[in-house]
Amino acid sequence: MSSNSAHYVAPIKADVVVDAVRLGEKPSNLWLDAWRDLRVRPLFWISVALVLLVSVAALFPSLFTSFPPSGQGAADLAKSNAGPEPGHPLGFSFQGYDVWSRLVHGAGISLTVGLLATIIGTVIGVVMGALAAFYGGFLDSLLSRVGDIFFTIPYIVAAIVVMTVVPREFRSVLVLAFAIGGFSWASTARIVRAEVLRVKQSDFVMASIALGLSRFKTMVVHVLPNAMAPVIVVATIGLGQAIVAEATLSFLGVGLPNVVSWGADISQAQASIRTAPMALFWPSLALTLTVLAFVTLGELVRDAVDPKSRAQR
Amino acid sequence: MSDMKENPVSGANISEPLLKIRGLKVSFGTGKKAREVVHGVDLDVYPGETVAIVGESGSGKSTTATAVIDLLPGTGKVTGGTIELDGVDLVSAGRREMESIRGREIGYVPQDPMSNLNPVWSIGFQVEEAVRANGLATGRKEVRARAIEVLKQAGLADAERRLHQFPHQFSGGMRQRALIGIGLAADPKLLIADEPTSALDVTVQRVILDHLASLTREKGTSVLFITHDLGLAADRADRIVVMNQGEIVESGPSRLILENPQHPYTQRLVAAAPSLASQRIQAVAEERGVEHIEEVASGAPVIEVRDLVKEYRIRQGGFRSVPFRAVDGVSFQIPKGKTLALVGESGSGKSTVAKMVLQLESVTSGELLIEGTDVSQMSQKDVFALRSRMQPVFQDPYGSLDPLRSIGHLIAEPLRVHGVGDEKARQARVFELLEQVSLPRELAWRYPNELSGGQRQRVAIARALALKPSIVVLDEAVSALDVLVQDQILKLLAELQAELGLTYLFITHDLAVVRVAADLVAVMEKGRIVEQGTVDEIFASPQQAYTQRLLEAIPGASVHMAGH
Repeated sequence: MSSNSAHYVAPIKADVVVDAVRLGEKPSNLWLDAWRDLRVRPLFWISVALVLLVSVAALFPSLFTSFPPSGQGAADLAKSNAGPEPGHPLGFSFQGYDVWSRLVHGAGISLTVGLLATIIGTVIGVVMGALAAFYGGFLDSLLSRVGDIFFTIPYIVAAIVVMTVVPREFRSVLVLAFAIGGFSWASTARIVRAEVLRVKQSDFVMASIALGLSRFKTMVVHVLPNAMAPVIVVATIGLGQAIVAEATLSFLGVGLPNVVSWGADISQAQASIRTAPMALFWPSLALTLTVLAFVTLGELVRDAVDPKSRAQR
Repeated sequence: MSDMKENPVSGANISEPLLKIRGLKVSFGTGKKAREVVHGVDLDVYPGETVAIVGESGSGKSTTATAVIDLLPGTGKVTGGTIELDGVDLVSAGRREMESIRGREIGYVPQDPMSNLNPVWSIGFQVEEAVRANGLATGRKEVRARAIEVLKQAGLADAERRLHQFPHQFSGGMRQRALIGIGLAADPKLLIADEPTSALDVTVQRVILDHLASLTREKGTSVLFITHDLGLAADRADRIVVMNQGEIVESGPSRLILENPQHPYTQRLVAAAPSLASQRIQAVAEERGVEHIEEVASGAPVIEVRDLVKEYRIRQGGFRSVPFRAVDGVSFQIPKGKTLALVGESGSGKSTVAKMVLQLESVTSGELLIEGTDVSQMSQKDVFALRSRMQPVFQDPYGSLDPLRSIGHLIAEPLRVHGVGDEKARQARVFELLEQVSLPRELAWRYPNELSGGQRQRVAIARALALKPSIVVLDEAVSALDVLVQDQILKLLAELQAELGLTYLFITHDLAVVRVAADLVAVMEKGRIVEQGTVDEIFASPQQAYTQRLLEAIPGASVHMAGH
């Protein structure tokens, strides 16, 4: 075929079937693909193991330690800031409590507050974002401006104010979770709004309305599920941030009174940082690892559900 | 039409090819995941010659072209063979060398005029950038003068004024002219045009390609033209190279390929190309045809539209808004079992009409009668019932199915919404529907992202048919599909129409498809119907200048096909 006018015909192979159905071995959709992508990544399993470990410690602290973390007789002032000894692997705190026991029991409050605050923030964010995007017009303008106002308020500052205002006896896990979650939903709302606006344009939404499905049902059945992937990512990362927020509030002394918490322990241990740095180190490490596990999990899930970032790897 | 075909550059046979590709192999991915997509392509382009590479998506035609200018996307890599331009090997050329070859020796006109101009810089800046990068002029004034010249050559008459405008102020056609100007700025020896007009309306496409042909002829530029449209290739190229699955299946002079295709793949491609066909796809159910005609004559129209108007209010900033008539007094009728094609270019209002018929947009004024009942008189319950008798199929095969639901779930959804049958009966109906659109039953448990565009469109059709509707609104339902797949879907639609007595409202921008798929046609321009009649009438003797222009712009119109 080197000549300009030659007619070249390739050797004829077996007849090709037009648009033959070629299927992979297993059914696949966004979430199944994401799962297949995640399960081969060691980092995913490490973070999952850490999250599970912390969760088990939060639910069943007695599995890990037999010493009470607080209360009458738990403290041995003679051992204030003492080093490790048999049965007390991490030594003692300033007030003579067992550090390991306080770490294990502190996981509960961190996780509960973190989970509740995230759930509250996510629910508010999803509802606000979805309503704004789906109904549009005046409601959109109104909800978006409200979101903008909340966006300008640093949630940690807002939570400090709320917790300072609430009298000590009324401070509960729920109040704390509301104080954090109630001021951290704005970014979720923005993301949901953008996603719903995108998904709303899809032909399948038009098709299901043409089918006779009501607008509200269409939103719940077809639009929202397709807008959830980034929300789950933001929520996992937000969970880590909420745990930090709880620790911060406890550290500042505006957290929950009379509970064992990593933040409170860090706050107390900093007084004797020169003489007993390990009492400060252990709760800080627990906090860092837990938050890191959640944030890593969030980012891995984001990579797995976002086909664009997957293609680049 | 291109005059190049009539005057092939004399002596081209004896001269050396300008572009010489031998055994080109291209792979994507690295290591174990590497996948070869072009398997040994041989290709020559002689000086002054226009060669078209024709193929479906995934055939490797664009990959071959981008390999020449070393702009393979992502992990793409040339893994074998040679590419020589004027005797210089491009595969082994370094980055620096390629940069000096790109633009100066090889010009490139990309596919999508919407995304290939940077929206934050003025057109002038971007053309000047090309002028400067290729060292065509130095100094502010000279560069500017040259940029104006380049745009004028590309057919933008008031280039001085346009220089300061931004891409969003340009229409699609104007942007493509600017891109052609940039591609030809340095008088390259070879111009690669990758589907340069597939995003444009046919009439605009024609003007732009005519202009491109006259420019390249004047300068003796060789053109490597990438297209999926065989008719377009026949119009524009001296030689056609047909690619399929990374290999060349047939190549030769355009006329020879079209009139006497040898390879079975090429034969099918030629037979399926709507721009070359001249007959309505007929379903097999001929015996029942007689019955149908009688029915048509006696029965009332299934869809009747009288003076339909749709007005939008366009915000002018602040609280002011001006009315805009997207649809302006449209009237038509569709008899039972027939297909009416509503044809128009982008912005003609054809899709708005479809949405009003489907009750997805409110009607500003006018009457819309479906099966004899005025829709505006209907209660909500009646509209709900109407939805089961009228179903849409949309354009985008990737957006028309909810990606999180299984195919079986999607096809059964209409049945669930309208409370038809129990779970078991629905399952049986899903299987029946899958069979009707020639898909295997196993698909019921699969998800949309595992399917090709054509298969998704089949699923969308199955879903639309679930409630046994009498009317199906096809809104550009085959526009996004490859030729062979499009042909298959059109045949399927014709079969279903004959079998189930369906009435189609067929919305399309492609007049070529109308000829093979419709009985009646209404041509829309700027919200009005300018001409309507039977397909045979309109194609044989169009009365309006606009219709004539549209018909003339169908590529491949001049090619007489032996087989048709």
